Amino acid sequence: MSLTFDIAGAIAVAATVVSLTRVNAVHALLYLIVSLLAIAVVFFTLGAPFVAALEAIVYAGAIMVLFVFVVMLLNLGREAVREERNLLEPSMWVGPSVLAAILIAELLYLELTGAAGGGPSQMISPRRVGIALYGPYLLGVEMASMLLLGGLVAAYHLGWRKPARAGVR
Amino acid sequence: MAPARDGLVLAALLFSFGLAGLLVRRNVLFILMSIEVMLNAAGLAFIAAGEHWGQPDGQVAFLFILAMAAAEVSVGLALVLHLYHRYKSVDVDAASRMKG
Repeated sequence: MSLTFDIAGAIAVAATVVSLTRVNAVHALLYLIVSLLAIAVVFFTLGAPFVAALEAIVYAGAIMVLFVFVVMLLNLGREAVREERNLLEPSMWVGPSVLAAILIAELLYLELTGAAGGGPSQMISPRRVGIALYGPYLLGVEMASMLLLGGLVAAYHLGWRKPARAGVR
Repeated sequence: MAPARDGLVLAALLFSFGLAGLLVRRNVLFILMSIEVMLNAAGLAFIAAGEHWGQPDGQVAFLFILAMAAAEVSVGLALVLHLYHRYKSVDVDAASRMKG
């Protein structure tokens, strides 16, 4: 139980350090995604399966895809073709793949042995989280929804360009 | 209660790496990524504390951090695109002067 936590934590730290010291943004994003997945496994070992799933779906899935879109938008044309060719080289994807494979093996081990939640840390079920979320924290949920609406409107406004002066701003 | 302490140590480590990245890097994309790492570390501290007390409140706090991070990163990346179109650069020092 504790060993799985240690391995996932070590992968998270290593992937974060490697990610923040890369020069190439796409390399950094790949390692950052591995780091987020490792933190999701850490959450799983800490007895928080609902949050672990959300970490993988929202952080590693949605937020990192936004980053990838922006990186792809920033370099178009011939540069992007060269970049794409670099992506297919083994030095690019072997590191993140190995780390992700270790995480998958760890998750399979936890799932098959049923060790998650049976060790020193008790599982906090999604049911209890939901009851707390829509009970005492209902006001916070409403405020989060308003914040997301504000973020949506602001991103739309900032991303919008005047048709007549397209390309200037 | 070893896991809670280990979780807090891991959160502190990740947070300091994120902070170091934020201070060292000048590429605005890496600055945003460092902020994501720091937010994640804060969420990890909440989860570890919630696990220590056996209460769901830590996970609720993490959900709020998640919503905040999603809103922040959408606005931040829109600003990155703006910066790039105006200065043809993603270096934050390009936009260090204010006008008007």
